[in-house]
Amino acid sequence: MTAQSTQPDLLYSEEEEALRAAVRDLLADHCDAPGVIARTESETPHDLSAWKALSDGMGLAGLLVPEELGGQGATHREVAVVLEELGRAVAPVPYLTSAVVATEALLAVEDEELLGRLASGRTIGALAVGLHTAPGADFKVVHVQGGALQGELTGIADALAADVLLVPADDGGLYAVDTEAATITPQVSFDLTRPLATVTLNGAPGRRLGEAEPAVRRALRAGAGLLASEQLGLADWALTETVRYLKERKQFNRPVGGFQALKHRLAQLWLEVVSLRAAARAAADALANGESGQEAAVAVAVAQAYAAPVAVRAAEEALQLHGGLGMTWEHPVHLNLKRAKADSIAYGTAGAHREALAELVDLSAP
Amino acid sequence: MTVDAAELQRRTAELLAAQPPATTDRLDFLRARFDAGLAWVHYPEGLGGLGAPRSLQVVVDAALEAAGAPDNDPRRIGIGLGMAAPTILKYGTEEQKQRFLRPLWVGEEVWCQLFSEPGAGSDLAALGTRAVREGEDWVVNGQKVWTSSAHLARWAILIARTDPDVPKHAGITYFVCDMTDPGVEVRPLRQITGEAEFNEVFLTGVRIPDSRRLGEVGDGWRVAQTTLNNERVAIGGMRLPREGGMIGPVSKTWRERPELRTHDLHQRLLKLWVEAEVARLTGERLRQQLALGQPGPEGAGMKLAFARLNQEISGLEVELLGEEGLLYDDWTMRRPELVDFTGRDAGYRYLRSKGNSIEGGTSEVLLNIVAERVLGLPSEPRTDKDVAWKDLAR
Repeated sequence: MTAQSTQPDLLYSEEEEALRAAVRDLLADHCDAPGVIARTESETPHDLSAWKALSDGMGLAGLLVPEELGGQGATHREVAVVLEELGRAVAPVPYLTSAVVATEALLAVEDEELLGRLASGRTIGALAVGLHTAPGADFKVVHVQGGALQGELTGIADALAADVLLVPADDGGLYAVDTEAATITPQVSFDLTRPLATVTLNGAPGRRLGEAEPAVRRALRAGAGLLASEQLGLADWALTETVRYLKERKQFNRPVGGFQALKHRLAQLWLEVVSLRAAARAAADALANGESGQEAAVAVAVAQAYAAPVAVRAAEEALQLHGGLGMTWEHPVHLNLKRAKADSIAYGTAGAHREALAELVDLSAP
Repeated sequence: MTVDAAELQRRTAELLAAQPPATTDRLDFLRARFDAGLAWVHYPEGLGGLGAPRSLQVVVDAALEAAGAPDNDPRRIGIGLGMAAPTILKYGTEEQKQRFLRPLWVGEEVWCQLFSEPGAGSDLAALGTRAVREGEDWVVNGQKVWTSSAHLARWAILIARTDPDVPKHAGITYFVCDMTDPGVEVRPLRQITGEAEFNEVFLTGVRIPDSRRLGEVGDGWRVAQTTLNNERVAIGGMRLPREGGMIGPVSKTWRERPELRTHDLHQRLLKLWVEAEVARLTGERLRQQLALGQPGPEGAGMKLAFARLNQEISGLEVELLGEEGLLYDDWTMRRPELVDFTGRDAGYRYLRSKGNSIEGGTSEVLLNIVAERVLGLPSEPRTDKDVAWKDLAR
């Protein structure tokens, strides 16, 4: 282990804090909870005006893309900060799927043309691999013959918003397919803010970008590692809102937050959120410092194995401690809970990441 | 002028040239290091430091380690370094700082902490040990408990009640007690591990000169907060490599003895391995904040996390050992100088870690502290706040 790998930079730089403030301001204007709830019931679940503000206005879609290709040439650390804020707002934008996962796949195959388009945000990309797929797991492919693709893929996150799909095929290649050439059918999704869809390709034309295997692996690993920052944002929001509410809400002539049974639960949750922040920062830092190393794989697996249960528990605690209010459609805690629970499956469950870790750190199964 | 890394490197090289470790007596070297301001570089000049950023200590430590210089055995003198020193630095008179800090850092004088009492554990401010003023002295009577290192210590930090007629937090004063004085009696306290790592200390007519008071009369509770905050940082803030804590021995056993593996143990081990690694990263993040002079409230949280993890991991380790887990290495009543988790077997680790959620503040009290001071939740209703100590039910 190198000195660098055992001592990741776990703090936020001043620039990162400034970025956070800017994103939070923007989301306060674009993604308030009543707006997000209303949108989940509409025909267009994605908030494309928020997406435009994030990508066109702030250039955030291109954070991971080198400057010479039209991006910002930033790192996973900055992306992680953006995802924290998107998680806090449960923003229905295809940031993780397009600006991280699809972008990482394109970085792997070095497709400059598409990278530039995704960096601008004017083109939205989606990797056509089921959202539940862990970085090391098998993924489904379509049949390719003479450049035409044939097959059906399910559970494709944000395909409804995408302009281009990155599709793995049975010749080992990764193909770019315009969504106009595909049939995208919405699935009824548990998390309405990151909706899934079925992609049907019926002789759709595709452009071969390169080898699918390394591109998908890299994309899923970055997705899993940075998902921990979204989960951190979700958990932090749940804790903060619950603490705020319990200071105001009175029962038995006292603020509910003064009862020791609840104080201990919130203090315990705080400790888990603080710990998740360290784990998520470590994963972002490891990804920023070089994608292929074993250290990054360990950091991502640790972060994902830890993050999912914490985010879900934070949302569940928030719901319970809000009492009857927590069970209503109008209070945003359900958005948070649905996203947190869906995130616990996205890019591999905690169990899948623990299994990966067992091999990485030599703690093999019986 | 702020002393930077290059300047520290220069001064360290100078120290090594003047006092070659190979030919210099250990204590002489450590004294010279203290006098050169390279003991704890963030302390003031003349008191073992140079007023440099705390984060630069690693520069000195690394250079000295590379040169084979002796260290001051920081684990053995942890109470002095971690608790007495910061309190003396903040509240001591110039004379007290000059007298105590150098032998403390060098390790010539071991310190212990006379805080807890049989009737005042978590409710520390309820303590009943009395100190009564007689001329230039205070006369102390009472009993303390859970005092590690008391049998080795030259000095103790002591809190005692000097005014029973005011509410409990207001009537306490902080002293430095000479453990060699007549009237100080140290008795071993045997624990569930079989060891006597701690002591009971009986104080009978012990005379402490007023010049060994730390802070104002009646202000001892505030002074003690400095000690206690530093204690929690010291307990939770150990720097560890990956697998550096309790998870290390159990991971090693897992790798070396495949015949012990079961699927159930595998799932539990992996879960705890992840939690141990995350706790390590959280501690690292806290240290990085501290190095920038931004102390976070995570200190109390780290102690909570390590206590729970130590207990769960050591419990798993005993189970993993199966038949061997039914045995114990040694029930002899030992008098160890420090807690040695790795030098003993799994059964010892299991039993000793039970103390981790009690010593230095119980987990329940720390959760209250986090809830109130970090999250700003309302405090518990207090029935003792405005009542004179002597009128409290005991």
